[in-house]
Amino acid sequence: MNELRELARKLLGDGTVKVVIGYEEGPRGVRPAMITDPAQAERLVFDARCVHNLATYLNPRRPHLARLGKPAVVVKGCDARAVAGMIRESQVKREDVVIVGVRCGGVVRDPTMKAALAPETVSPRCGHCASREPKLFDHLLGALPPAPPRPAGDDPVARVEQMPLPERWAFWKEELSRCVRCHACREVCPMCFCAACVADKSRPQWIETSSTPRANLSWQLTRVMHMAGRCAGCGECTRACPSHIPLSLILAHVARHVERRFGYQVDDDPSIPAPIGAFKTDDSQEFIL
Amino acid sequence: MASEAPQFEPKIVAFVCNWCTYTGADLAGTSRLQMAPNVRVVRLPCTGRIDPLFIVKAFERGADGVIVSGCHPADCHYTAGNYHARRRFAIFRDLLDFMGVDVRRITFSWVSASEGGKWRDVVNDTTARVKELGPFTEYQGLSDPWPPAPPPTGEGASSSQALGTP
Repeated sequence: MNELRELARKLLGDGTVKVVIGYEEGPRGVRPAMITDPAQAERLVFDARCVHNLATYLNPRRPHLARLGKPAVVVKGCDARAVAGMIRESQVKREDVVIVGVRCGGVVRDPTMKAALAPETVSPRCGHCASREPKLFDHLLGALPPAPPRPAGDDPVARVEQMPLPERWAFWKEELSRCVRCHACREVCPMCFCAACVADKSRPQWIETSSTPRANLSWQLTRVMHMAGRCAGCGECTRACPSHIPLSLILAHVARHVERRFGYQVDDDPSIPAPIGAFKTDDSQEFIL
Repeated sequence: MASEAPQFEPKIVAFVCNWCTYTGADLAGTSRLQMAPNVRVVRLPCTGRIDPLFIVKAFERGADGVIVSGCHPADCHYTAGNYHARRRFAIFRDLLDFMGVDVRRITFSWVSASEGGKWRDVVNDTTARVKELGPFTEYQGLSDPWPPAPPPTGEGASSSQALGTP
């Protein structure tokens, strides 16, 4: 942690960056912090409560942050995938951001929890994490902590996959009926950066704005399609959802399908093209007559 | 005349590319091939222009089945539109399946401008398949904002029932 504060002080002090985006202690657990003054670098913390994907603050949809000047951003391995995604899709220039990678031993499900990792408290995404050390960074801090415990219970994605079709339909109908269409899943997502979202279009209105199960299904199908092969798997949409809809299940399922089908895993190497937007002439097409 | 029970006639929307399948469907027509009349054709420049939302919207508006059809690989008028579409629909089809939609309601096919017979087969097969599956009431029933209220009990139940309000 001292290493992090030291680095932030140095980067801000010599003018390399104008703002360090990191984590600080808040009244309700850890929260994101924008540090612009080297004297304030003491506020920075990093532990297992640092759940947030701070890459979302690099999103060009947030011009007020861009106005602060060149940022340095603290990223875990999973967040680095989102930064790489934004660089890959020309939303951020590599030279316009200083990436401070931190080696991660897993995070808890919610930043208001205690920093102790247990099978009941560990974030589901950390269970099979293969990128606890980011590969995309300018500075890499900390020693690699021990691997996090596996989350309790069986794999929820496989559980839904194994349901019979009508049961799956009923499951999602029930889950999506709670959606209030606040679009928090979109707002929090680092990879959702369209200036005008199709969900906000009214002429023609592709996606109804009312929160009926039908409109909610349209919205999530669209969002997940746009995330296919791009989702960094940070799980922020699920955490932001006020109705506790398990959106990560859909995204994780699609990510697995993309990997099975196209051999592509979302990675923190910006030079590897994403599977949508690229193609092979011999892609399998068993479902096409 | 003996009255028969009305048979379910599915509504099927076909999103087709202008250069191959639309021309192929035109050929089927000018060749006087007989095929099921259930398909409404929507012509688009290319299968690459077909957003998965089109399919969602078709179901929302009451379609029981959807056909997506375009040029064979390597035949795209725009060189690569169908390759992009192939990847997109491979993912979308699996996504719909994961959400509990019966993907047998959707047919993907490549029909070239000279394959009038293949178009007829695609139309007839899809119509027969969707007919067997029946109306897509699951999706169409989603339009109700709230699940129907339980039948009223006790005081005042009969009056509200008489008014037809739940």
